[in-house]
Amino acid sequence: MRRKFTVVSAMVGALALMTLAGCTTDPNVAAPSAEAETTEEAVEWFDQALFDKQDAERDVVPEGPEDQPWLQYINAEMVDTSSFASEGAKKACFANASISNPWRQTGWITMNQQLKVLQEAGAISEMETRDAQDSDDTQIADIDYFINEGNCDVFIISPNSTAAMTPAVERACDTGKPVIVFDRGVQTDCPVTFIHPIGGFAWGIDTAEFLIGELEEGDKVVALRILAGVDVLEQRWAAAEKLFDEAGIEAVDYFTGADPAEIKKIISDELAKGDVQGVWMDAGDGAVAAIEAFEDAGVDYPVMTGEDEMSFLRKWKETGLTGLAPVYSNFQWRTPLLAVQKIFAGEEVPKEWVLPQSPIAAEEVDEYLALNEGMPDGHYAKFGGEDLPGYPQVWEERVMP
Amino acid sequence: MTTVTEAAPTTGERIAALGRNLISPRGAVFLLLAVLLVAITILNPSFAEPGQFIRFIQRVAPVAIVAIGQYFVIVGGEFDLSMGSVVTAQVVIAGNLIGEDDAKSIPVLLLMLAFGALIGLVNGLIVSFLKVPSFIVTLGMMLALLGGVLYWTGGAATGNPADNFREIGRGGIRDLPVIEILPWSVVVLAAILALAIWFSRRPFGRTIIALGDNATTTGFAGARTWWVKTSTFVISSLSATVAGVLLVGYAGVHPSVGRGYEFIAITAVVLGGVVLGGGRGWVVAAVAGAFALEALFTLLNFAGIPSTWRDAVQGVIIILAVAYAATTFRARRKGHALEAPASHPSPDASQTSPETANQTSPAPGAKESDDPSSARPAAIPSSQRADNETKGGS
Repeated sequence: MRRKFTVVSAMVGALALMTLAGCTTDPNVAAPSAEAETTEEAVEWFDQALFDKQDAERDVVPEGPEDQPWLQYINAEMVDTSSFASEGAKKACFANASISNPWRQTGWITMNQQLKVLQEAGAISEMETRDAQDSDDTQIADIDYFINEGNCDVFIISPNSTAAMTPAVERACDTGKPVIVFDRGVQTDCPVTFIHPIGGFAWGIDTAEFLIGELEEGDKVVALRILAGVDVLEQRWAAAEKLFDEAGIEAVDYFTGADPAEIKKIISDELAKGDVQGVWMDAGDGAVAAIEAFEDAGVDYPVMTGEDEMSFLRKWKETGLTGLAPVYSNFQWRTPLLAVQKIFAGEEVPKEWVLPQSPIAAEEVDEYLALNEGMPDGHYAKFGGEDLPGYPQVWEERVMP
Repeated sequence: MTTVTEAAPTTGERIAALGRNLISPRGAVFLLLAVLLVAITILNPSFAEPGQFIRFIQRVAPVAIVAIGQYFVIVGGEFDLSMGSVVTAQVVIAGNLIGEDDAKSIPVLLLMLAFGALIGLVNGLIVSFLKVPSFIVTLGMMLALLGGVLYWTGGAATGNPADNFREIGRGGIRDLPVIEILPWSVVVLAAILALAIWFSRRPFGRTIIALGDNATTTGFAGARTWWVKTSTFVISSLSATVAGVLLVGYAGVHPSVGRGYEFIAITAVVLGGVVLGGGRGWVVAAVAGAFALEALFTLLNFAGIPSTWRDAVQGVIIILAVAYAATTFRARRKGHALEAPASHPSPDASQTSPETANQTSPAPGAKESDDPSSARPAAIPSSQRADNETKGGS
């Protein structure tokens, strides 16, 4: 009896540890130097220089075609790609971090429709994709597989994490073939182009300025954060926290894992403690649960920032609350493939391709709701695929390619 | 068999007995729960208002129901690690199949119950007939279900189902005096708890405990052990299904709903003094364990622990609480913690005669959970506990 008890307890403990370990995003496989840098970052995500840069970029009128935001760029330094110019359809190899959240899923659908256009145009023969399912180790293996056996003409990488992926991206660069990185960054400038919207600090500034403008000093804001340690998310909070602090807004943050049950408990407890005037989110996933918690408690709606996800936009409209939908431009999923076309045509591309990123304000909600009327709740309003084949059925059916 | 005093107990003895009960492993969880609730109320007096408190019970209901299911599996000597993933799968099924169509609510609900029962049946039959440890079977089931959910949803949320389906977890009987609203979740929890208490006093329920204590003797006593064991897994999967239905209403559809529920349930059951490995435990204490855990999470919210610290603080408190339950339990088995040792043989002496103890060993376990009032340590001779220990696995 006793022995069984001990053994069984040990097994439960071991499994619990395994489960916890499985959730970590720690880049164990990175080179020692890269790991040291992550640790430093973990202590302080706020970066004044980057904050100022992104703050300024919010007001810049982007260059490029006016009706195609996915081809626009801000303050670009162009690079010459004539050395890559060549004829014929090319094979693209895409190492994707994951499609495990609605934002990535929407982008992934858009990317595949863009691919069809470029295949018909004869620019790309095929795209081989490997999905790392949120694992650094898997993505490193994926990139190495592409380098050694993929027979790739161009690498497209959407990194799972910044530090851990840097050596693998450098190895891809060493092949001499063009490398395109988008969304999350890496700590090397070897890729031909790095495509991303303005960034997390801009998100934090937009949202915090909105809440500060709507609220008064001493008001309370509950910040709901998905997870720790991802730079684009940490930067959103770092900027917002700083601005709240300066404006005398009391902000308390929680990690939710986007679990609506967790979000509801947190809001209920905060409402039991005292009044909550504002809700800030680092991503819109779970926004509906947060709003419902206010309904269930029978109190006034908060001033709230969510994201341009349809579920939030619909709930926003339905409840009439005071809100803002910050945008992490989903249309960026089209840009890497268009960059492939430009690079093999020898056209110059921005070294750092900063795409525009502007929030949806109250007066624009109706317009975006009408544009995306039949779309599912997980769809993102600024997905930028209205001119692609299959619109709107492909996004409405939302079948993962 | 008894150390009960002949004379009627004096008031002092009664208080002492109550005190012993509260620090005994079965009582410890109630003491912990009371301490936590008082701490929360001190930090935030409005928590004690009936309207707030009923909301707290509503929130705990899914976890408590999962803990009830896990209790039957654990007391029967096994584990069910697939409960959290069953919750997740049911939440996703409800979200995807019901959609905005009210008429589908009932058929899909029936489908979910059938699916839950099937999962439990598969778990139970594999454990019973293929003799695979339940730890592995249900771990495999967990991965299979999570993989299925990932395949189906791609890991992201779909839309919420129709509002009338969500009413079970979100709504309740409104406009009542004092508590304002009686959430359906609370009604469901009360019904399931009553059912569980009744069931565990039935012969079948006692057989589950006997099975967890000693499967061989239970088999010789004429019980169909495979069916008893399988039914515990069916019970746990069905309770996970009910929790899933409540969570769809309470929270909404997301693939992260239900994540970690199996460990919260196991922790709740262990906090409730139920012995891992089976044979001893009380279902009400397991539910109290679930309440204590949720109260702990709430306390951390109220205390304003920084988000980066929260998990660590939570983990340490849970380890301490479970360690306390385990040490008091061990001490009690050795017979010198909570009662006078003089009237009993020492553990050394009893080790010399394990045969006599083996003949009676299932009985105390089975009886113990029948009647909470007999749960006092004094009712069970310590010599048998010591013998159980030396048996080396049952």
